[in-house]
Amino acid sequence: MFMQAFLDIFDIYLLEAVINGILLGGVLALLALGLNLIFGVIDVTWICYAELVMIGMYAMYFMVQYYGLSYFIAAPLTVLLVALLGAALHYLVIAPLLTAPPINQLLATGGVLFVLQSFATVAFGIDFRNLGIRLPVLAFGDMNFSYARLLSFLAALVGMVAVYLFMTRTFTGTAIRAISQDRQIMALMGVDTKRIYLITSAIGGGLAGLAACLLVLQYDVHPFVGLSFGPITFLICVLGGLGNFIGGFIAAFVFAEIISLGGLFSDLEWGYVLAFAFFIVMMFIRPAGLLARRR
Amino acid sequence: MIGQGRLAAWGIGLAALVALPFLYRDPYHLHILVLILIWSFAYTSWSMMGRFGLVSLGHGGFMGIGAYVTALLWNHLGWSPWIGIPISMVAAGALALIVGYPCFRFRITGHYFVLVTLALSGIVLQVITATRDYTGGSLGYTPNRASGNKLLALQFDDKTTWYLIALGVWLFGIVVWHWVDRSMARYALEAISEDEDAAAAAGVDVTAEKLKITLLSALMTALAGAIYCQYQMFITPDTVSGIAVSLQMVFAAIVGGLFVSLGPTFGAIITILLAETLRIGFGTKAVGWDNLVYGVLLVLFIIFLPKGILGSLLDRLKPQRKVPRAHEQEAVQIARPGA
Repeated sequence: MFMQAFLDIFDIYLLEAVINGILLGGVLALLALGLNLIFGVIDVTWICYAELVMIGMYAMYFMVQYYGLSYFIAAPLTVLLVALLGAALHYLVIAPLLTAPPINQLLATGGVLFVLQSFATVAFGIDFRNLGIRLPVLAFGDMNFSYARLLSFLAALVGMVAVYLFMTRTFTGTAIRAISQDRQIMALMGVDTKRIYLITSAIGGGLAGLAACLLVLQYDVHPFVGLSFGPITFLICVLGGLGNFIGGFIAAFVFAEIISLGGLFSDLEWGYVLAFAFFIVMMFIRPAGLLARRR
Repeated sequence: MIGQGRLAAWGIGLAALVALPFLYRDPYHLHILVLILIWSFAYTSWSMMGRFGLVSLGHGGFMGIGAYVTALLWNHLGWSPWIGIPISMVAAGALALIVGYPCFRFRITGHYFVLVTLALSGIVLQVITATRDYTGGSLGYTPNRASGNKLLALQFDDKTTWYLIALGVWLFGIVVWHWVDRSMARYALEAISEDEDAAAAAGVDVTAEKLKITLLSALMTALAGAIYCQYQMFITPDTVSGIAVSLQMVFAAIVGGLFVSLGPTFGAIITILLAETLRIGFGTKAVGWDNLVYGVLLVLFIIFLPKGILGSLLDRLKPQRKVPRAHEQEAVQIARPGA
């Protein structure tokens, strides 16, 4: 009765789009969190972040489709694999450039983007692949939600809470937060910055891996899939204020709503275009991000 | 000032370049040369602002606009590229101003600027893909073959004509580079790239100077895109716009050397020859190998040779000539927010 009245007020499709936007926002927030963590602690932007996700999606595909592993066994393995990849990226590319100007670090990860994309092309070909798992559609009133999206949203939330607990309740997490506040002093306090950087990179990679496990439920994987959500992740991080976790979280949901609602009226690509237009406007209003970063 | 000897060297070099297609007519090699010249122009356009620490990953967007606007106007409205190219340049310039103004006005520098421009090129790619009814989407787009006047349509069949056009455009880029190099704007921009606040305090209009060089760079990049489109007669969103193209520009400029006028050209020669050699070497048996090697080399370059090949070579040749300015000791230095 009440539900019906509620649904009469809102256009049913509009409401569906709003809720789908929230669900999409969860995964975007997860992506933004990983990137923000890396930036906040190591002061590096991984341009190739979305490509790590792509590799993770391929890992999921092969483990589930090719080796016949269960999804829930493959997922932790993928998270672990991408976490190792993140640590390797830091060890091989970022660490030698730590004293170099920041732009060189950024461009080097751009080179890694090339490497990962072409590696995927060489190793897996350019075909679109999917897990072949068809999750049921959840009907609620007259609205339909994909179960995959709901699952992703919940898993993303759990992932973010886990990172939050790690950062606030453990010694290593505390050290990571301390380093993001003052890089020089923490080394003098006896914190092994190299180790902390490596751990942070692994966590950032792990978050990319988690995102990969969730995205592979909804999207086909191909070597250039990173390009379809990479730019939006960067926009979210900048809008939220680079390194600002809460800002990134809010910005992810704002963007997800714009994309979802924009997609309601037109193609999904136009949702992205709208999001970018919104971003430009916001730059005039709040150039330092939704919540300016604390110094 | 350019000395007599250098002027003579330039003159002889240019005469040789102009004479080349009349003496040597291998179409494949001429094709590679034309590509090198067009991309050199694009890379030079990028380093116009890149050398002052304004690292843009949005130039793929400008190039895409140059190519697509010109081709769309020709196919749908029948407007000659002679009108279409200026319009496409104006469109790219307008976009550069719209994105650049808030960035510069509100001091968005460093990582922020790179990511904003990165998103810009991603969005241009999305728009081209989204308007697939007009642009053909990711399948690519071909300008209609001209039925009448070839000159009016800016479509030529022989490589020699294209070689000369590309050479002219490339030379134009080098001249503009030198013109900026010897202007007051250069000193203002160098001051800005070292310390924005100090430059502003010394009376430099930071926003205006940055906007001017960004506009110039965007206009030239759009021209490069349009020329590329007219030459290849086939464009896809991935070959003229997007993040990959933007990164390709940055890398080539860095590999060649940012701070010398022929650096980006040198970068284009190296990267295109490398890509072609790898492509032929690996053949069709494995798509992607060329980019894989390319990417690894680029990472190694940034780690071990950040001043670029030509830049490092010139340093080696004349070590005592001048003390490098602080900002030239790094591949690209950018002012950090609040630094």
